[in-house]
Amino acid sequence: MTSELDIFVGNTTLIDEDVYRLWLDGYSVGDAVALRVRSGILEQTGATAAVLQSDTMDHYRTFHMLERLLHAPPKLLHQLIYQIPPSRQALLIERYYAFDEAFVREVLGKKLSKGTKKDLDDISTKTGITLKSCRRQFDNFKRVFKVVEEMRGSLVDNIQQHFLLSDRLARDYAAIVFFANNRFETGKKKLQYLSFGDFAFCAELMIQNWTLGAVDSQVDDMDMDLDKEFLQDLKELKVLVADKDLLDLHKSLVCTALRGKLGVFSEMEANFKNLSRGLVNVATKLTHNKDVRDLFVDLVEKFVEPCRSDHWPLSDVRLFLNQYSASVHSLDGFR
Amino acid sequence: MPGKLKVKIVAGRHLPVMDRASDLTDAFVEVKFGNTTFKTDVYPKSLNPQWNSEWFKFEVDDEDLQDEPLQITVLDHDTYSANDAIGKVYIDIDPLLYSEAATVISGWFPIYDTIHGIRGEINVVVKVDLFNDLNRFRQSSCGVKFFCTTSIPKCYRAVIIHGFVEELVVNEDPEYQWIDRIRTPRASNEARQRLISLMSGELQRKIGLKVLEMRGNAVVGYLQCFDLEGESGLVVRAIGTACTLDKLSSPAAFLPACNSPSKEMKEIPFNEDPNPNTHSSGPSTPLKNQTYSFSPSKSYSRQSSSSDTDLSLTPKTAPYPQGPRIYLCPSSPSLSCGSLHLKKSCLLLSESSLPPHHSSLVSPVLRKSVSFSEELFLAASGMGSGSAGKEGGPFKALLRQQTQSALEQREFPFFTLTAFPPGFLVHVGGVVSARSVKLLDRIHNPDEPETRDAWWAEIRQEIKSHAKALGCHAVVGYSESTSICEEVCILSASGTAAVLNPRFLQDGTVEGCLEQRLEENLPAGCGFCHIPYDELNMPFPAHLTYCYNCRKQKVPDVLFTTIDLPTDATVIGKGCLIQARLCRLKKKAQAEANATAISNLLPFMEYEVHTQLMNKLKLKGMNALFGLRIQITVGENMLMGLASATGVYLAALPTPGGIQIAGKTPNDGSYEQHISHMQKKINDTIAKNKELYEINPPEISEEIIGSPIPEPRQRSRLLRSQSESSDEVTELDLSHGKKDAFVLEIDDTDAMEDVHSLLTDVPPPSGFYSCNTEIMPGINNWTSEIQMFTSVRVIRLSSLNLTNQALNKNFNDLCENLLKSLYFKLRSMIPCCLCHVNFTVSLPEDELIQVTVTAVAITFDKNQALQTTKAHVEKSLQRASTDNEELLQFPLELCSDSLPSHPFPPAKAVTVEKTSPMGEGNFRNRSAAPCANSTVGVVKMTPLSFIPGAKITKYLGIINMFFIRETTSLREEGGVSGFLHAFIAEVFAMVRAHVAALGGNAVVSYIMKQCVFMENPNKNQAQCLINVSGDAVVFARESELEVVSTQQPAANCQPACTGGEVTT
Repeated sequence: MTSELDIFVGNTTLIDEDVYRLWLDGYSVGDAVALRVRSGILEQTGATAAVLQSDTMDHYRTFHMLERLLHAPPKLLHQLIYQIPPSRQALLIERYYAFDEAFVREVLGKKLSKGTKKDLDDISTKTGITLKSCRRQFDNFKRVFKVVEEMRGSLVDNIQQHFLLSDRLARDYAAIVFFANNRFETGKKKLQYLSFGDFAFCAELMIQNWTLGAVDSQVDDMDMDLDKEFLQDLKELKVLVADKDLLDLHKSLVCTALRGKLGVFSEMEANFKNLSRGLVNVATKLTHNKDVRDLFVDLVEKFVEPCRSDHWPLSDVRLFLNQYSASVHSLDGFR
Repeated sequence: MPGKLKVKIVAGRHLPVMDRASDLTDAFVEVKFGNTTFKTDVYPKSLNPQWNSEWFKFEVDDEDLQDEPLQITVLDHDTYSANDAIGKVYIDIDPLLYSEAATVISGWFPIYDTIHGIRGEINVVVKVDLFNDLNRFRQSSCGVKFFCTTSIPKCYRAVIIHGFVEELVVNEDPEYQWIDRIRTPRASNEARQRLISLMSGELQRKIGLKVLEMRGNAVVGYLQCFDLEGESGLVVRAIGTACTLDKLSSPAAFLPACNSPSKEMKEIPFNEDPNPNTHSSGPSTPLKNQTYSFSPSKSYSRQSSSSDTDLSLTPKTAPYPQGPRIYLCPSSPSLSCGSLHLKKSCLLLSESSLPPHHSSLVSPVLRKSVSFSEELFLAASGMGSGSAGKEGGPFKALLRQQTQSALEQREFPFFTLTAFPPGFLVHVGGVVSARSVKLLDRIHNPDEPETRDAWWAEIRQEIKSHAKALGCHAVVGYSESTSICEEVCILSASGTAAVLNPRFLQDGTVEGCLEQRLEENLPAGCGFCHIPYDELNMPFPAHLTYCYNCRKQKVPDVLFTTIDLPTDATVIGKGCLIQARLCRLKKKAQAEANATAISNLLPFMEYEVHTQLMNKLKLKGMNALFGLRIQITVGENMLMGLASATGVYLAALPTPGGIQIAGKTPNDGSYEQHISHMQKKINDTIAKNKELYEINPPEISEEIIGSPIPEPRQRSRLLRSQSESSDEVTELDLSHGKKDAFVLEIDDTDAMEDVHSLLTDVPPPSGFYSCNTEIMPGINNWTSEIQMFTSVRVIRLSSLNLTNQALNKNFNDLCENLLKSLYFKLRSMIPCCLCHVNFTVSLPEDELIQVTVTAVAITFDKNQALQTTKAHVEKSLQRASTDNEELLQFPLELCSDSLPSHPFPPAKAVTVEKTSPMGEGNFRNRSAAPCANSTVGVVKMTPLSFIPGAKITKYLGIINMFFIRETTSLREEGGVSGFLHAFIAEVFAMVRAHVAALGGNAVVSYIMKQCVFMENPNKNQAQCLINVSGDAVVFARESELEVVSTQQPAANCQPACTGGEVTT
């Protein structure tokens, strides 16, 4: 006796959160059944393995059919085929677009192209995330990227509007899209200690301050591309390190202001020229695409690592940087 | 030219990409009704076109309005080649044709293609202007309301329940026409869908005409079925119960039913009043009185309205020309059998071929496809006027005579209802059923479906005579079904023999006072259990006792019925779903030989199904079955029997005895030990079940009841045995216990299997209950969460082990596993009850068994459910009384609110509507309709006739839809499961969309009548046909209702008024 066909269709589509998670995590039906058995569900409900198998298959089939709609979440809201309560719809969407930290760190800043997709095998082995799940996450990134790529208006708003994500998830996607667009290098060994959250924080500030949108809110691509004029203007900062007098003046201004406030004052004083040169060099090179990509590598090499080797506490770094940029305003030519 | 249909195509959305180059679509729409077609402009390059078309107007006969569906086709314009069809929407405009239903159809409909499924949606607005027609010889029956619900719909009151209406129409199946060889599958499917739509329209119209002829205004319990007879054609048949219904909105509706002629006269205006709404918007008010010839005014002569020659209310007595070709089950009275004598010998033959050792168990109440001898007939019919019960005897006899005379005018005193107004059901006799095996033959002349008519007439006649033999003059809970395999067809009919109160059957006659006195004699809660037949002259051997409730009348020890549990019945504990499952192998054969083989197997199957039911009932410690439905399915090489019912413990019936096992081989120690082990197991199970279902009847000592009526010899006689011929049947001495124990003999492995299978049925997990009736006895505190579902399973049998036992086991496992899966899936709803569990078995191929289940899971409040039985009874009484109060309060509120402002609240709305020539007043309901623009409104679906925690405020019309889906890329669509899962989801979606467009928010009495699935995995193809129906309704939560009820009068009138102002 073999089951040829076995289906269950409810007027309200049944969504089992646990099975949904297993499906999203890319487990096969067999693996999912095994995992569910291990969770002790059979003992709780008195069901048999066959029942569990049938139930899992059924949910998988439902999710597979819903997947097409999840690719364009507004469709899920307006479609008539599956009657799903709004709270469940939101859950389906949010979970579908959720991603793994380990995975996103692997692809952050990479071009969302076929080439990268081919590397998913390696990422899967490296991270322990199933290939299926990697594909879903990658495709999500790519889909969101494609949709908002050439759109006007705020990046976060656009993502929220077209994918109905929560504010938090929409911000994360904005960061992913922003990084992918500008191809920032994040995979270098030196950068491994940085979390996705760290990059997302940077992305948000860069979107706010460095993009076209920061200047003019009515241009295409406004939050995606860095403002070329702004980068060009950064070249002018060269004077801060090239002009000996200006460098000294800058240093003295910073030192005066921070004296007694910094635990690592002497180290800072000794290193000021190096640090300043490093920062300014990173900034002035940003007109070249190659150097834009290496922004984070350069920042870590030229600024973070020296600080770290002198054991700067975070608060001191913050104080220094604030003072460093504030003092510039009182210099000639920057007023 | 009595009607104008107006259609507007508003917009489309989510259309599929039809032009790969641009990833867009140039869509336009064709609107077709009858032979007229309109087109919209092409809306270029969009997946969300906004056509905003003009109003397309069709001027048509109302006959066409009833028959034809509105057909909307969405196409992709192509300059160089033929336009590609995207999909179609069929809209049944019937709900717009009668009053009190929907006034406009407006909303988003899924665009459906039989090959691709749903492809986007289209927004359509449909309206109908009806002009009144003077012609009383008309063919249309606009205005007759149809309900699938098998009880009096919630917001109506039955003035008269007229009785049985039936009709069938036949046609060639387009799939089997020669043209099918050259046309595409899509064209063929669409031809079929359209034809069936047309045929059901026609059928409904013809039934409506019959109702008008009976002077009714509605059909309740309308059941329409398709028989796909393959080569020989397509039959669409329907049965229903004609009624005169009165809307429960006027205060007059709360007057007691017509007890005197004068009251009856008073009520006529109320019957007429709602009717003008039917033809509301036409400017023809003066014609009103002539049009409604069907209002139950007495002076009207009957002949004047019966001009339709198609109608045949008289029995078809024409001799059947093809006699020899028809083979019948030996038990059905057949024309081809010729003489009674022959039939009798036939019966005797089947009798004597019964294995004698099977003869031990019998129910006195279940009446299967067994014929009665002439003597019995006489006895039964003589009984009607003879002495009946001891108490109230003369009244009872009188009552019976009156009712009988009322019913005798009818050819078939059948009622498709399963629940009745209080006082309607007087006594219940038991289940009556009949089956017959027929050979299908090509229908030569579709206009004369007489062969099929004659077949059904035969079966109905048999049912009628069975009921008569049980001392009953009517059959309630009546249904018909077929099972077809190749050219063999089994026709089945079943119902419950009953004695009815004549009050509802005829317009007010004399016996008002008499009845009341009679009713006083009938104690509540047990009256229907009392035997209707004469105890001294019983039609079959039965074990009678005095009623455990009133101790005055006789009751049988077990009661089987096809109806729902009467609301006033006193039940102890909870009920449960009981199923009997059975397979029998059959040799493959052709035509006549095949029919004979099936005919020979049928009695054995019936017998065994019945035995299983009885055993399982005893095992549960219960004594009555409700909602019994026995389905016999025929396949190439086997027959399947599946009986489902809800077992309960009726307080009025005696406590069931246990089951005793008797071994045949004596003097074998180990064997005996085994037997006693089994016995213990059975006893334990019974005890456990009693606890599980909370069956703890009050102990009554024998003396009070009086000793059971001594019937030493007849007690254990086989039912099918006739009074004479069964004398040679071996009798067992069963008198070794105090109670009449049920004895199971174990004499071979077969019997062993049977006992084992009895014990393998696992009870549902705790927190779950299941039943196949509307409500679960013993649970009455439903919460509002419901989940309707359909589950389908197909298993392939390995051809190696095809023995009856293996087959039985497979089938049993299939059903049990399916139930287990349901319990698991719905575990989040615990505590909950699966209600109206409806199993359907089909045998699509040689080794395939398909089981389809539709049911609804309803949660209930656990705390209240755990109360004791006594509290339950009190509670239900309380409930009943509060219900009454509510009913009374509701209209009063309405009046007090509306009276000051509008002197004639109901009339006002109507007149305003009439003054607006364009019928803009029709929009008055739209404000209530869920706006489908932003988010999709929720539409509930349920097989029950009610929605827990809510009140149905309006019936919008019947939903009856037929879909075909086919694929040539089965693997790509996820295999058979993926294909069918998607299709069923789409069917649900289309039903919901239609209901929403009618302005409704639920479908009640939903049923999936057919789900025919065929696959050909080698060709990567599959096809499925689904037929569903139900009643579209508007419901309001009870909590919201108070607000609504106070607001409604204003809300109803205001938009109507403004509508009138705008247009005038």
